[in-house]
Amino acid sequence: MCLGIPGKISRIYNTDGIVMGIVEYGGVMREACLSTISDAKIGDYVMVHAGFALCKMDEEEARETLRALDEINDVSLY
Amino acid sequence: MNYIEDFRNSDRAKKLLHSIISIISKKWVIMEMCGGQTHSMMKFGLDQLLPQQLEIVHGPGCPVCVTALELIDKAILIAKKRDVIFTSYGDMLRVPGSNSDLFSVRATGGDVRVVYSALDALQIARENPDKEVVFFGIGFETTAPANGISVLQAKRLGIQNYSVLVSQVRVPPAMELILSSSENRVQGFLAAGHVCSVMGTKEYVPISNRYHIPISITGFEPVDLLAGIFETLSMLETNIWGVKNAYSRSVSSEGNVEAQKMLDQLFEPCDRNWRGIGLIPMSGWKLRSDFQEFDAEIRFNVADVQSQESEKCIAGLILQGLKKPADCGAFQRECTPQNPLGATMVSSEGACAAYYKYRR
Ligand code: SF4
Repeated sequence: MCLGIPGKISRIYNTDGIVMGIVEYGGVMREACLSTISDAKIGDYVMVHAGFALCKMDEEEARETLRALDEINDVSLY
Repeated sequence: MNYIEDFRNSDRAKKLLHSIISIISKKWVIMEMCGGQTHSMMKFGLDQLLPQQLEIVHGPGCPVCVTALELIDKAILIAKKRDVIFTSYGDMLRVPGSNSDLFSVRATGGDVRVVYSALDALQIARENPDKEVVFFGIGFETTAPANGISVLQAKRLGIQNYSVLVSQVRVPPAMELILSSSENRVQGFLAAGHVCSVMGTKEYVPISNRYHIPISITGFEPVDLLAGIFETLSMLETNIWGVKNAYSRSVSSEGNVEAQKMLDQLFEPCDRNWRGIGLIPMSGWKLRSDFQEFDAEIRFNVADVQSQESEKCIAGLILQGLKKPADCGAFQRECTPQNPLGATMVSSEGACAAYYKYRR
């Protein structure tokens, strides 16, 4: 139920006073509400759940996480 | 950056698994909070690869499972009314009420429709001005903004034939209930990633400090789950506690502040019943008085229903980490996904359904 899917914003528009957008998930398009992502831009990735964008994906953080995970040393426990 | 594949990379997962195996020195019990995590863990077979000393128990973070029985009964009552179009996320249709379910209401002529989002339900209301359209607003903090915006829009646009049966629940009070029980076995948590995308990580710091319990904010892909487990286990093994964020690409410490503002405008905290568990103080949200005209419980006056749970179902104990599905006498016998006795057998994220599907 709380699963979400990251997708890429391909259009942004206004419907009845709220910000909506078309989000692309690997070739599949679907409308999502972007009303609480006020700095959303076309090309940004968002995490969408039940048709609502919960947050913008942070690419810097994603890279940093992968880098840190790839560096975990088996035996060292801080 | 591929936000899915990079976090399903099997070399990365194997290395993390190896690290987990190499640091564990004794038995520990970790609870994953979210039903989506339960499901992912089994789908990718992680539970069978983790060291035996590590016991993973499944928390109450499946809204389909914890939505109170009396709310299901109220939903059924409302959906049976003539001139009502009852809309819901698909998973709720097969959840057993005391005597029936929403599917049966539909089979006997009720207008029950599955929607993908609450805004779709609002659209149905606009297209059917001569009908009352009701949306079953279930879910945790993750779903609250998606459900809530439909009420804001209904108010803004003056749509009067729309209302919501509100069943919003919140994670932190449930964690506290589990930790404060004298029977508690949970020593560390994987907190629910998308709940934290909305609410941030700050709510968990006081809980970690009060109960000296390590918490890792955890995502849903195999690498995310293993990273969350590794972080929590590292804290347990070194006898420290705190809140670590293993899902920082979609969770910040403040969360989505704009969404929180919207939630605060719409909702206020209230006590809520959790199916199988009972009343958890201040564990829910209800609509503020400014929005009461959109509250379906008030509009349809369904305050008093008598609800009766199946006597065999032990889902409440499973959702608190005290029992496993196989401990239930009805599991795979009277209770199957085709004929569920309890809500945890319905949703694919319910622990009983996940154990059934993946034959654990
Ligand atoms: S197997 Fe069925 S009856 Fe038993 S706890 Fe799970 S849902 Fe309830």
